[in-house]
Amino acid sequence: MSTDNTVTAGGHKHAHHFRDGLHEFEASKFGVWLFLATEILMFGGLFVGYFLYQSRYPEMFVEGASFLDWRYGSVNTIVLLISSLTMALSIHYAQKNNKKACVTNLVITLVCAGAFMVIKYLEYSHKFHLGLFPGEAFSYADAVAPNLAMYFSFYFLMTGLHGSHVLIGMGLIIWVLIRASKGEFNSEYYTPLEGVGLFWHLVDLIWIYLFPILYLI
Amino acid sequence: MASSTHNYLNHEKGLWSWLTTLDHKRIGIMYMITVLLFFAIGGTFAMLLRTELIAPGETIFGAQLYNQAMTFHGAIMVFMVIIPGIPAFIGNFILPLHIGAKDVAFPRLNLLSWYCLIVGAAITFVSLIYHGSDTGWTFYTPYSIETDNGTTWVVLGAFVMGFSSILTGVNFVTTVHKLRCKGMTFFRMPLMVWGLYSTAILQILATPVLGITLLLLAAERILGVGIFDPKLGGDPVLFQHFFWFYSHPAVYIMILPAMGIISELITAFSRKTIFGYRAIAFSSIGIAAVSFFVWGHHMFVSGQSELAGVIFSLLTMLVGVPTAIKTFNWVATLYKGSVQFQSPMLYALGFLFLFTIGGVTGIMLATIGMDVHFHDTYFVVAHFHYVMVGGTLMAIMGGIYYWFPKMFGKMYNELAAQLSFLFIFIGFNVTFFPQFVLGAMGMPRRYFDYLPIYEPLNKISTFGAYMIGFGFLIGLYVIIDGLLKGPKASDNPWGAKTLEWQTASPPPHENFLTEPEVTAGPYEYR
Repeated sequence: MSTDNTVTAGGHKHAHHFRDGLHEFEASKFGVWLFLATEILMFGGLFVGYFLYQSRYPEMFVEGASFLDWRYGSVNTIVLLISSLTMALSIHYAQKNNKKACVTNLVITLVCAGAFMVIKYLEYSHKFHLGLFPGEAFSYADAVAPNLAMYFSFYFLMTGLHGSHVLIGMGLIIWVLIRASKGEFNSEYYTPLEGVGLFWHLVDLIWIYLFPILYLI
Repeated sequence: MASSTHNYLNHEKGLWSWLTTLDHKRIGIMYMITVLLFFAIGGTFAMLLRTELIAPGETIFGAQLYNQAMTFHGAIMVFMVIIPGIPAFIGNFILPLHIGAKDVAFPRLNLLSWYCLIVGAAITFVSLIYHGSDTGWTFYTPYSIETDNGTTWVVLGAFVMGFSSILTGVNFVTTVHKLRCKGMTFFRMPLMVWGLYSTAILQILATPVLGITLLLLAAERILGVGIFDPKLGGDPVLFQHFFWFYSHPAVYIMILPAMGIISELITAFSRKTIFGYRAIAFSSIGIAAVSFFVWGHHMFVSGQSELAGVIFSLLTMLVGVPTAIKTFNWVATLYKGSVQFQSPMLYALGFLFLFTIGGVTGIMLATIGMDVHFHDTYFVVAHFHYVMVGGTLMAIMGGIYYWFPKMFGKMYNELAAQLSFLFIFIGFNVTFFPQFVLGAMGMPRRYFDYLPIYEPLNKISTFGAYMIGFGFLIGLYVIIDGLLKGPKASDNPWGAKTLEWQTASPPPHENFLTEPEVTAGPYEYR
């Protein structure tokens, strides 16, 4: 039988069906990786659709991309890259039992994520202002390519699904931030932090692919 | 005898303790209740459909209601019965017991998956307020974009139910990798676990693609995004590609765990080590791998390129190889075994018979020339019912009877169970064999009406459906009677060798009183 009731310094007790904290950590991490695979496949559907129609209607995609400002996209890329670094640092400091640095880095991550969403909001409102809505609501009068609305369907679906992941990620970061500030994470137990970190890196990674195919073509 | 002592059923009391339980066995039982309930609803729709088809012309309801009933029959049976039926219900209960674990890796996600199913099902049924849906369970575009009813709700419901499937998959793969007990190497796992493991991989890799497809379809209906809509430059065939990229692997999500159950039943009731353990184990993984590259065989007449058609055709036939490996190994296990014909074994033998017919007609349909003739006829309907009902549902029924004593610590009425099997088995063949003939004669599927020349065979088919319905009613009686009045079951009533039979019936809260240690394979009979 396993030695139950081993409580770590932060007060965490591993679940009854695991042998010990390490066992729980490894299983949880494995599960998060499997979940990330499902995320990649879900976004994969949109990427396949994007490339299919891009090869079918190249002129539509060129015209659509001309409405996107690469400067906004670049700033957002930098913001997300910084947030990924601080996320990794927060885990590093949790492992070193440095609560203050861990919390600080999580706050920076959260601020970066918020900045990303603010910039996205500015971009979206600019497009809505021009009438560049997805689908039937599209009302921009000077479109040259036929069905230009479809480009913006892809733009809003891809960045929208990604943006919703950023929002979910922010919720998760707030959750681990609260737990970290209570001192629950330390070198023996930081499983939730690790899982949220993996998720956040994936959100970052997807943007790394979205940025060039949307802004830089 | 365990039922008087502490076990998972009396570990906590009250409805609330069930609705918030983290015990995989209790969640399995909750899945059992839900799946059986949905099965009753989906089955009722089936009876209504067959009643409409008892004679040409309008019988009990016209075209529109027929299309809606058909959509609900398909969507309920696929998304709420067959997909969760084995992994989430039987698998949930059995998997941790099979590998000597106390629970699945993520008990809270396990509970969440059940709620996802319930919420998804509720959303699906909301569509009834908006006149249901009449697209068929495949939601083909462009019709599914234009039809004016509750299709959006059905689509979103299926999307939410997908989360249930994904969570189960993530849970099971992690559980198999991380929670095996001492000495439980991969090649000492029961074949049921191999079946569930390959299923879980499919659930993880395929379901998200369905998720995004259904989201896009919902966006198409709500926003008119144009991706699948030819009027706006989109391509409806892309929807078919996306849909079948999930839904073909989903066919194996349905059948692989069924094959796992059959492996358990055949070896237990032959009192003999399974023949070709490794071949069966690897063929599960093989089927799972090939399943991702055959989706185009649903689309031979959709206008995809001929070259693609030929490649998909050849790859589809390849699925026959690992499937036949399994079938031959099962038959070889029977050879010189001490075969006992108790009800679980009857279902296993029924599976062998029906699934072989379903599989071989599948190879026929994989042949492009024949498929062009059979496409969208009753031949296809008969084929997939032989696989889904004759395969998966037979395995579910066999599995319920086999593990019933373990789940509830009680025995059921064997005679009534055998009678139920007889009605279901004969009724099934009476229902669906004529449909092969009808399909070959050219009767198209999915219509409420047909030409008079098809009438005699349709009458026979409907009569068979009533036999199946009666058989399942007896089955329901067997389960309820067993629960209420069944005599106490011993810990190992079948004399089987896998781990779940080494603990009490019903099992205690943490499955085993002392952590088991495994020193040999799962089927050490002789």
